[in-house]
Amino acid sequence: MPYIVARPKLNFSEKAYLPAIFSGLGITLRHFLDILSGKKKVTMQYPEEKWDAKLPAHYRGAPTLVTDEYGRERCVACQLCEFICPPRAITIHPGEIPLENRWRKVEKFPQEFEIDMIRCIYCGLCEEVCPEQAIFLRKDYAITGLTRKEMVHDKKKLYEMGGVMTGLVNKWNDKK
Amino acid sequence: MSEPTQLFNVQIDGVWHQFKKGTRVIEACAQAGKFVPHYCYHPKLSSPGNCRMCLIEMGMPKLGPDRKPEIGADGKPVINWIPRAQISCAQDVAEGMGIRTDSPMVKECRNGVMEFLLINHPLDCPICDQAGECQLQEYSVEFGTAGSRFLEDKVKKPKRVELGPRVTLDDERCILCSRCIRFMREIAHDDVLGFVSRGSHTYLTAHPNRLLDSNYSLNTVDICPVGALTSTDFRFKMRVWFLKETKSICTSCATGCNTIIGTRQNQIFRQTPRENDAVNSAWMCDYGRLNFHSVNSTDRLKTPRVREGQGLVDTTWNKALVKSGEELKQFSKDEIAVIASGKMTNEELWLAKDLVASIGTSRHDIIPRTGEADDILMSTDRNPNILGAQLIGLTGEKPGLGLEDIAEGVRSGAIKAIVALGEDLTQFGLTADELRKLASLIVMDILPNDTTRSATVLLPSSAFSEKRGSMINIKGRLQRLNRATQPPGLARDDWEIIRDLIQQLTGSDGIYLIEDVFKQMAESISEMNALSLSRIGDKGVQLVEETEEAPAAV
Repeated sequence: MPYIVARPKLNFSEKAYLPAIFSGLGITLRHFLDILSGKKKVTMQYPEEKWDAKLPAHYRGAPTLVTDEYGRERCVACQLCEFICPPRAITIHPGEIPLENRWRKVEKFPQEFEIDMIRCIYCGLCEEVCPEQAIFLRKDYAITGLTRKEMVHDKKKLYEMGGVMTGLVNKWNDKK
Repeated sequence: MSEPTQLFNVQIDGVWHQFKKGTRVIEACAQAGKFVPHYCYHPKLSSPGNCRMCLIEMGMPKLGPDRKPEIGADGKPVINWIPRAQISCAQDVAEGMGIRTDSPMVKECRNGVMEFLLINHPLDCPICDQAGECQLQEYSVEFGTAGSRFLEDKVKKPKRVELGPRVTLDDERCILCSRCIRFMREIAHDDVLGFVSRGSHTYLTAHPNRLLDSNYSLNTVDICPVGALTSTDFRFKMRVWFLKETKSICTSCATGCNTIIGTRQNQIFRQTPRENDAVNSAWMCDYGRLNFHSVNSTDRLKTPRVREGQGLVDTTWNKALVKSGEELKQFSKDEIAVIASGKMTNEELWLAKDLVASIGTSRHDIIPRTGEADDILMSTDRNPNILGAQLIGLTGEKPGLGLEDIAEGVRSGAIKAIVALGEDLTQFGLTADELRKLASLIVMDILPNDTTRSATVLLPSSAFSEKRGSMINIKGRLQRLNRATQPPGLARDDWEIIRDLIQQLTGSDGIYLIEDVFKQMAESISEMNALSLSRIGDKGVQLVEETEEAPAAV
């Protein structure tokens, strides 16, 4: 619905507009002098200085895989993240856990788990969809590499970045 | 003769319908467009009525003092509703029967049955192969409750049991519907499965000292509504929602079971039967089902090759085809033999016939391939398109009669060149050494063997899942293959290779669409006159009268 914007009534000095220009120049001059004299600092010297400590808890950096307090890899290769991933950055090759393994009850594990960080858009849907609390977006944001191959994070790299997550649901632990 | 079919008036959710006598209530509901959820009921099996999922409300006409149905204001019988829910899978329709499929009582019953079924069911959908095509998941969403009221520990049962060489069982996931037991008893005629123990501890197992090793064992995996029975071959390979499904037919024997090929990223992951009552009902054998692994093989022939000295060297298609033409033109027509294959499609056989005509030779045949038949689906003839080869005229009444003559001709030197289309010639008595002595051996195949190693020109072609075309099964039904994957490397469609060989020999213009090949064939073969490749449809067309006592499929 259209409506009329009420225009403010300007007094004489405002109408003359020069006073406003000078006061604006004054503000600029004040900041200039503050920076010149070292009283104020606005530029962060990245990468020597970093903002990392101030990143919020919900910050979405690179997706990683985590292990639990028993050292078990939480991922069971259900491939839901591969399915949901909008840019199709994730590739999983599932495998079967051998019978002699302590976690044989889980039966399934990812033989290979690759995230192509050239494709990843840091949307966090993989973390949201994961039914096993195995994939988390950590705070790493400077993902670099000299080749395309280097930019594909394999399972080893993902666990290295993800580390251990404690206090999550442990639904595979035998109750008795 | 037969009496006219008796029709019964049945009221379903307030609407009166008519059904044939003998229709099961669950089928009547389906025909009336009312879906009734079910686990143990399977249209091809008997109904034990033990899952209780198909509960409905049922009633019969109210009888007056004169034992006649009372007629209501609408002129229809008044129905006396049975106060308890009834199962719909083990009951036939009757005159004046009333059925309610969505009354509050029915909804509450379904909800209760779902809760009972889920009491001991493990929550391991993330690792369960059935996830995505699991009826327990589907009905749980539709008819179940969100939370569980069960506080006690779930019953523990055997897990990861090797029930047979091809089937893995997880008893905790089993909902005791007994479909697998009934399938093995009624269809596979090998009654090895059964339930043991009582109450919540009941579990499925094979007979002591027996394995579920029937050639039809993997059908139990298909009909298992949950993830209790899983295919050891497909287990943990790929989630089902990634699979692209292509309707095709099995080419492992002449029965031609209808299949669905599940592929992802140009790799075949599984084959499952597709229902077709004229061919395979809803089943297929394990042998045919697992006979796709060679297609995924890394040994596949990918590049055309020509002989240079002792070895074969890679070349381009053009050079390989020109060389084939040059080689064949050196010999008189009766110095050349053409061996086609019963595994080729009608279109390929038609062009092969054309090739034979272009050469002008009378020496041509296909290699017969037989095996033991069972009385379920498998046919004695393991060539999937033997009838096609006979109809097109590449072989006679008895396939393989001309082979001995060709082998003799090779040995005596009367035959100097052979065109082998998709067959290993060592199968009919020729040795690799004898093949080496041929001045020209043009071989089209998908995997290396003694013949491809002896070839002078090797043309890599496509496997059954990589081509479109038609085949005629042993019962005379024309069915269609569809392309599910692309051929590897430079390999090409078989029919295109044969067309190019003909072009090399005759210099004529080619034909550029598989549809046109079919059209050309249909014009000459009276049985196919009115057909086109697309008109065959998914379930095939009966083309010629049955030639053999059909396998007693179901």
